[in-house]
Amino acid sequence: MSSRDDILASIRANRPQVKRSLLETPLFDANRPSSLLAAFKENLERMGGIFLEPPASGERLAPVYDRIANATVVCSTAPEVAGTRNIAATVQPQDLADVDFAVVRASFGVAETGSVLLGDRELCVNALAYLAQHLIVLLDPADIVVNMHHAYRRPEFKTGHYCAFHTGPSATADIEGVLIHGAQGVRSLCVVPIPKSETEAVP
Amino acid sequence: MRIGLFVPCYIDAFFPEVGIATLELLERFGHEVVYPEDQTCCGQPMANSGFNADCAGTESLFVRNFVGFDYVVAPSGSCVHHVRDNLDAIEQTSEVKEVRSRTYEIVEFLHDVLKVEALPWARFPHRVGLHNSCGTLRRLKHAAPSELREPFFSKPMALLSKVKEIEFVTPSRPDECCGFGGTFSIFEEAVSAKMGYDKVSDHARAGAEYIVSADSSCLMHQQGCAERIGVPIKFIHIAQILNGASA
Amino acid sequence: MSFKLFQRGDARDMLHPELLAADDRDAIYRGERRLDHAEGMSKPLRARPEPQPRGAKVDGDKPIDQAEAAARFIAAPEHEKMHDERLWDLRQKRDREMHGIAEWEDLRALASSIKEHTLVHLDEYLEQFEENARQNGVHVHWAKDAAEHNHIVHGILKDRGAKSLIKSKSMLTEECGFRHYMASVGVEVIETDLGERIQQLDDESPSHVVVPAVHKLRTDVAEVFAKTIGTDPDNSDVHYLAEAQRESNRPLILAADAGMTGCNFAVAETGSVVVCTNEGNADLSANVPKLHIASIGIEKMIPRLEHLAVLVRLLSRSALGSPITQYTSHFRGPREGGEMHVVLVDNGRSERLGMAEFWTSLKCIRCGACMNTCPVYRRSGGLSYGATYSGPIGLIIDPTFNARKFSNLPFASTLNGSCTNVCPVKINIHEQIYAWRRELVRRHETPFVKKVAMKAAGELLSRPAAYRAAVATTNVALANLPRFVIYNGLNAWGRHRETPHAPSQTFHSWYKANRRVKP
Repeated sequence: MSSRDDILASIRANRPQVKRSLLETPLFDANRPSSLLAAFKENLERMGGIFLEPPASGERLAPVYDRIANATVVCSTAPEVAGTRNIAATVQPQDLADVDFAVVRASFGVAETGSVLLGDRELCVNALAYLAQHLIVLLDPADIVVNMHHAYRRPEFKTGHYCAFHTGPSATADIEGVLIHGAQGVRSLCVVPIPKSETEAVP
Repeated sequence: MRIGLFVPCYIDAFFPEVGIATLELLERFGHEVVYPEDQTCCGQPMANSGFNADCAGTESLFVRNFVGFDYVVAPSGSCVHHVRDNLDAIEQTSEVKEVRSRTYEIVEFLHDVLKVEALPWARFPHRVGLHNSCGTLRRLKHAAPSELREPFFSKPMALLSKVKEIEFVTPSRPDECCGFGGTFSIFEEAVSAKMGYDKVSDHARAGAEYIVSADSSCLMHQQGCAERIGVPIKFIHIAQILNGASA
Repeated sequence: MSFKLFQRGDARDMLHPELLAADDRDAIYRGERRLDHAEGMSKPLRARPEPQPRGAKVDGDKPIDQAEAAARFIAAPEHEKMHDERLWDLRQKRDREMHGIAEWEDLRALASSIKEHTLVHLDEYLEQFEENARQNGVHVHWAKDAAEHNHIVHGILKDRGAKSLIKSKSMLTEECGFRHYMASVGVEVIETDLGERIQQLDDESPSHVVVPAVHKLRTDVAEVFAKTIGTDPDNSDVHYLAEAQRESNRPLILAADAGMTGCNFAVAETGSVVVCTNEGNADLSANVPKLHIASIGIEKMIPRLEHLAVLVRLLSRSALGSPITQYTSHFRGPREGGEMHVVLVDNGRSERLGMAEFWTSLKCIRCGACMNTCPVYRRSGGLSYGATYSGPIGLIIDPTFNARKFSNLPFASTLNGSCTNVCPVKINIHEQIYAWRRELVRRHETPFVKKVAMKAAGELLSRPAAYRAAVATTNVALANLPRFVIYNGLNAWGRHRETPHAPSQTFHSWYKANRRVKP
């Protein structure tokens, strides 16, 4: 008998003699905020993230370019933004240790929490979102769901091998409750509301 | 109504005025109140330490004393909780079940059964901090505990609000346990005392002249702590205020 | 003219020797002679920060004396104050989140029912999870106990020549004594969570399931880091310390051969391992090295993604008072060119399933809300429990690991019930604590003195006449004994409290005198 068999047998022998059926899980979306984007922005900022408002006119990505202007290494997997490091040239994740700014596109956002979902397809190399010092995320405002119940109905959780909700930058308050940003991962997280096919792809 | 008065062991020994106030208070509402003289205790001290078998004698004595009353009323939330929810060291005959289900704590009795509307004799011109013991708060559900998301209600507050000239203050941690916990106060006495010090200091900082509670065990512990660290606060059982005590 | 040659740290002529610094860097010596003119005269005085109170004394299987360790924690007032306020603040933040969610109590009821259903059908969900994980290319291993878990993980590492392992926080690995085992077989383990790393470097267990070093002052951390990663011992600025740890760990992360994570939730329908962190260290541990190993307690199973939504919404709100952790990561399969293994661990869980009064403790999602609200925990510190799991949840699961060693723990509680009310999965914690007391008495795991005292109390209280006599005696005694007899070491009540005032008569005597109906 393998350990697997032993464990399963032990579970069956010890099964609680009670009936416990699975209840229907409601979506809890009766009180939707009037603007999902506004709710998203508020919650993102509460969690230490930065919302980069595009200017009223002119280049929508101007705030992004301002931020990365003095960076040495920018690695972008989003076609809208040109970087200095080509992700395809990465042999192993450790190669990305010197990246100052990573620019990626989110699959979608969640208004309830201010979270963005980053998946292995958009990241190309998962470690990019964690080894970079700063992270800039492009988010299509039309792709914001109201809450986590809606979020987990999205297909991303059944395709791909890895995806993660990012909510603000890496943080900790492990020492006397003092809040630190940039504990192990990125020191800052910026979200830019840019629709998916608005700007021309940069080759 | 014919009410059996249960005066728990520590109230009998250390706070007889609470038993007297409870007796007089019930009589003010026109009920016959009897004090069965063979009563001692409900069994809680042994049960709370896990010694169920050692409660059996005490628990049967309790039932023998209180069989046949319309209600059994006691000025102690923890004892009433034990009787209603944990008095199971003895065989659960229909007699035992009757006594258990008819046992009430004084505040819930006044609020839920007698549905008291007014206390014209009651006047307490002091600033009070209300201490809801964990037994009355979370087990007898005297009031809404701060951990749950539910509409606010408070039976002791509803009764005390009918007392003339009383003023309420709120400590920063209104329903944190004060640290008595029965035998906990002996076996974990450093933590118990620290919790007591914090509790009385919290009420004092809020401006309370008196701490009022439905549980004398908590008050006994808090008084011991306050006196040791020199916090000048006084202690009184809710039955005494509701019965017309002015200090 | 003679001069005194002051010795280093000579405390004999000081009124407050405790102010002497351990080192003597400020003194100036010419050869053997310490200069004692104006500038050189002063001894290197430094107001010493309060030393950190250490945890419970552990001696084999002897029952842990939690009360003793708690008393030492309280005797370190700076630590106790900080610890109490910090965790009470987390409790208040949790309350604030709760008030912002109209469906809060519905979510708790749902979470509880999801977990109970899963536990009742645990074998089916484990098989479903395994099937789906395998289909995604994940290697699935099963470990009956802690030793087997450690052995399996070591096997996986050895087969790939991995000598260094970075890991994120996992209470299961603490339970398995994983770090010590790995040290014994020559694998270097590096904790990446800041709190866990502090504890690892200090060779101390974590004291809280979410904030492992919450019992430490910044000065304690400064001392640990100065000794181990070379920071300035006089600099206890928290940003400085955190940055130092980030920079110190980063090369270790980049060089590690393998990465290990725990698991908050395992979703049966997709074979996903879900890990929640605030630092992103689970993502680093899993995505930088080629090999990812996830240790999963079998009770972490949940049926479907829709159930994950309920639990994720409750977890961080209960733990820290934030709507979600900074990172909520879903691992379904290995990366291209990488490998992913999961180890499903029993270690007493299936047996606990068979305990009618205690099986629902398996619902626990390790949020720590019970610890944050527990007034005893906040004043005792998590290390006073001498066990992997402390606080209220610890009181009810530790006795299943070792009834003798942890037989005192269920008494480290006032049964106030606050823990039960904050538990996001509605474990009736305080009722299980009460039930454990009975269980331990039944198993004869109580100290002899207590047994005798309880038997005596039970006999006295069931005999009215004897009781009346004893009460009269106590009152008489209290009224007459001088203070020093009452306030000595034998009388625990009197150590920190004044005794109750003795009334002139009992209620019983008053009633007899004033109210008894004369026949």
